[in-house]
Amino acid sequence: MRQVLLVAPILIPLAGASLTALLWSRPAAQRAVGLASAIALFVATLALLAQVIAGGMVVGQMGNWPAPFGITLVVDHLSAAMLAITGLMGLAVAVYAMGPGARERDRAGFPPLFHALLMGVAGAFSTGDLFNLYVWFEVMLIASFGLLVLDRTREQLDGGLRYVMLNLVGTTFFLLAVGLIYGLTGTLSLADLARVAPGVENQGALAATAVLLLVSFGAKAAVFPLFNWLPASYHTASMPVAAIFAALLTKVGVYAIIRVFTLVFAHDHALFGPILAGIAIATMVVGVLGAAAHYDVRRILSFHIISQIGYMLIGVALMTPLAIAGSVLYIVHHIVVKANLFLVAGAMRQVGGSFALARMGGLWVSAPLLGILFLIPALSLAGIPPLSGFWGKFVVIRAGLEAEAWLLAFVALAVGVLTLYSMIKIWNEAFWKAAPQAAPRAEWTRAERIATFAPIVALCGVTLAIGLWTEPFAAFSLAAADALLDREGYIAAVLGPNAVRLAEAAP
Amino acid sequence: MHASLILRVSAPLLLWVPAVVSLYLLVRGHNAPGGGFVGGLVAASGLVFHAIARGQAAAMQVMRAPPAAWCGAGLLLALCSGLLAWIDPAAGYLTHRWWFPDLPVTLPLNTAFVFDVGVYLAVIGTITAMAFALVAEE
Repeated sequence: MRQVLLVAPILIPLAGASLTALLWSRPAAQRAVGLASAIALFVATLALLAQVIAGGMVVGQMGNWPAPFGITLVVDHLSAAMLAITGLMGLAVAVYAMGPGARERDRAGFPPLFHALLMGVAGAFSTGDLFNLYVWFEVMLIASFGLLVLDRTREQLDGGLRYVMLNLVGTTFFLLAVGLIYGLTGTLSLADLARVAPGVENQGALAATAVLLLVSFGAKAAVFPLFNWLPASYHTASMPVAAIFAALLTKVGVYAIIRVFTLVFAHDHALFGPILAGIAIATMVVGVLGAAAHYDVRRILSFHIISQIGYMLIGVALMTPLAIAGSVLYIVHHIVVKANLFLVAGAMRQVGGSFALARMGGLWVSAPLLGILFLIPALSLAGIPPLSGFWGKFVVIRAGLEAEAWLLAFVALAVGVLTLYSMIKIWNEAFWKAAPQAAPRAEWTRAERIATFAPIVALCGVTLAIGLWTEPFAAFSLAAADALLDREGYIAAVLGPNAVRLAEAAP
Repeated sequence: MHASLILRVSAPLLLWVPAVVSLYLLVRGHNAPGGGFVGGLVAASGLVFHAIARGQAAAMQVMRAPPAAWCGAGLLLALCSGLLAWIDPAAGYLTHRWWFPDLPVTLPLNTAFVFDVGVYLAVIGTITAMAFALVAEE
């Protein structure tokens, strides 16, 4: 059963993608299958999470090829949490995508691409093999490019081209690093790499490959200074697409950084800790300043993704159990909140008629419920207690103070205030000020309204649950941090007690 | 765009010869160079030739189902080929199973071949979808 659950998060979206492609000419059936697949994915990821909490790490050797030779799938606490949140986001966005504009999106190929994207993300979260991770990155890249240019407008093609170019450069670096690492160590299984990396004679070359990996994962995660593709492309995507991108794509990069730098390059932390801390600080500051300068809801939210990535890197920069737990909690909270803000922005556009703040206004009068649904994720993003963001920031900053990283902790605090500023900016402009002209009445059916608001309300509920009932989430994050720092445990779980000794690192 | 007379007349040949060769490559691929990916490329090239010679509609008629459906069917087949691994619940996904039925000739039946057929169909679907989209642009 554990083996079935282990691959289910990859197989269910694969089945969803192929069935929705098969049902191309029958839109109603296609939509039903897509929704069923999203529900099945969510249920399966929750079952896997329960399995990991109850019985520890789940490991499977694909095709029964033993560990360092074949591809291993490894799901530990962090992976299981990321998979569960992927399932939640997949379901929320699949429902949301049935809202306004669903028919055009479906005709342009949204359902197969969407499920292919979920498959790529799930694969990246569950793989225990560096080259396999590269393959999942490619799956994600291809699917996300298709999703980005769904409407085939000039603006989207422009954004999509930049997105693909910069990401291709990033994945090329990844491939280079994979080749060099294989040359240095003779293995690409992450567990086996973790075993041999400290003993590699040419540590300088290994550090160079680590930097190459950092560049490629950093480009995926949109850290400073490799974030330019994100604000150039996200605001052009249609809203469900932007929401799933904001939720998952950059977080795959963050996950890869955390995984590789806690597992393989942990022995070199004296070198990479300060580098990652510097990147985290620059990313937080630049992202939030970029958001402060913009007056389009989608652009503001895009820049905030970048700024929040900085917080997630604090854990791996400090490498203390508390800091990593903070990062895990922060990632989980951020995915829910950020995706929800994009969903709310889509609803605001539907009600208010625009994404530009100058042309919006008076939404508090015309749609007070939407105002509350905006305030919950927005204040959570800024870190106002008792919402989920407060706890994420609290743990991260406290970890920074305990590790005596004063600058890091101070910047994290200050960026929180600036985040609040741009959330209040959206509030003042879109909800509070008088409407500039008679807003065009939104025309949508009851079903579209439910499809739009049900996921927003559900995600607000998750935000409130994390905020008000933090205990289990915090305990889980600490367990995840312990599992991440227990490298020996990971290696033993994957390679087994009497591991096959693959090529030793000899020059 | 009008294809030359020679091309139009030889179109069926350019369609069916690659198709047969591709099946040969697909089956041979198990122990020798070849396999689903290469076979799929060859078969797709035949279909693209047909589209150039007789037009896209004719090629679609030969394929009967839209390219996306070919792709979906192939992926689904590849997916299902791995499920038999769980005859033994502790085995990893994609552990392939073999049968050697008691026949006068050796006939190694295996799920790895089913996987390869899935790849074959998916490649045909993907390549034709891309090629037809490019042809339709003009």
